[in-house]
Amino acid sequence: MATKKFRCKVCGYIHEGDAAPEKCPQCQAPASEFEEITEGGAEKPAKKGLNTDGNTYTIIYSCIVVVIVAFLLAFVSKVLEPQSMANVRIDKKSQILAALNLRDVEKKDVEKTYAEVIVADEVIDKDGNVVKDGKSKDQDGFAVEDKNISDECLPLYVCQVNGETKYVIPVTGKGLWDAIWGYVALNADKNTVYGVYFTHKGETAGLGALITEYEKFQKQFEGKKLLSADGSAIALSVVKKGKTVVGLDEANRCDALTGATLTTNGVHNMLQECLSRYMTFLTTNE
Amino acid sequence: MSKLFSKENRAVFSAPLNLDNPIAVQVLGICSALAVTSQMQPAIVMGLSVAVITAFSNLIISLIRKTIPNRIRIIVQLVVVAALVTIVSMVLKAFAYDVSVQLSVYVGLIITNCILMGRLEAFAMMNGPWESFLDGLGNGLGYALVLVVVGTVRELLGNGSLLGFQVIPQSFYDMGYMNNGMMTMPAMALILLGCVIWVHRAYNEKKEKK
Repeated sequence: MATKKFRCKVCGYIHEGDAAPEKCPQCQAPASEFEEITEGGAEKPAKKGLNTDGNTYTIIYSCIVVVIVAFLLAFVSKVLEPQSMANVRIDKKSQILAALNLRDVEKKDVEKTYAEVIVADEVIDKDGNVVKDGKSKDQDGFAVEDKNISDECLPLYVCQVNGETKYVIPVTGKGLWDAIWGYVALNADKNTVYGVYFTHKGETAGLGALITEYEKFQKQFEGKKLLSADGSAIALSVVKKGKTVVGLDEANRCDALTGATLTTNGVHNMLQECLSRYMTFLTTNE
Repeated sequence: MSKLFSKENRAVFSAPLNLDNPIAVQVLGICSALAVTSQMQPAIVMGLSVAVITAFSNLIISLIRKTIPNRIRIIVQLVVVAALVTIVSMVLKAFAYDVSVQLSVYVGLIITNCILMGRLEAFAMMNGPWESFLDGLGNGLGYALVLVVVGTVRELLGNGSLLGFQVIPQSFYDMGYMNNGMMTMPAMALILLGCVIWVHRAYNEKKEKK
């Protein structure tokens, strides 16, 4: 405390500085009405009986702050939840629509288009049995979170685009840095790819992140065959351009992105792994 | 009312916009400035979010500054900032989902933005609520200003658009004009930022000499 304190005797105003002010800013009293406060006198009003450096005070203070903040955050989160959930839902729906080559649907039309196109969001298991028929819309396959996808719980979207039946299968996997996921739309023959959509959480901008782009990456999947020629395994592959892979048919082959080998390897593994769970469904014809 | 907008208070608000700009002069908060300025829209949203958060965290810290135990003051400041950032990010998720996806982690990283901690420690701990509020708002807007300038240049030269609208006509492209892909890379943001700081300093130096 380098500065001295002066109290106005008329109104009690306290001035901090080296000398008393010429005039009291509150009651206009002259400098002579100011008296210097010594350290002992100044402590009384400042502390107000609370020792802000004490351990008890510190602990109680931090507890109160934490409780207040926790309640505040919980409240805001609850209030905004319906709105943000709706956004997440619309985002997911527009991704599914993108796989069906219904890209650039206006945000406000997504729900409507989705309701028109998707007939049922089924849940099937790896033996091809329908666990939930998804007739109640958004309750069954759509409600399954990516991390809950397992052999017993495989979401499958049955869609009608221009009068033709399409199937959309969600795929999830790991890219170079973080999660990648997407949707693969199949024609009614359960073999020909109708369209794909991939997106990612944190792939390298300008390289791996290009998997989200239609022209540069996703377009080439259209018309490719999912299964190998004899129909025994998932053969759809993403491999480097020019690399020869023994036994890989041209109809199953997609080109990887230059400079994003690890991300596109991730896409490749994701397709192999996730789609192979649907093998029974894919190979049985109704 | 006149006291609320006294000369000192106006200076507190306007200094960070120009002479004491957090990015151009104090060189704080650069990392997020590089990451979110590839287009104008995220730059604006990011700048406004930071302005709101600095203003209100300054206000809150200033209101409780006398009760904060000295030994845990940084933690208390962080808790307040973190709470505000979480609220802002939830609001963005609810009402501007696309932008919040675009900004991704950078909204959360506002917590560690040096501007915030700097202003809280240097200003809000020692000044009244109103001055602190103005100071926070001024610093946030000063940050936003630089972000928008860099974002404008990068979007215009990198994509030929502003706020998503194509402004460079197709005839230019037909004549052989090309978008500068470099502009969308973070490295160009650093160079542009350097140019902004250069222009800013050169201009202010000239003014001082007069």
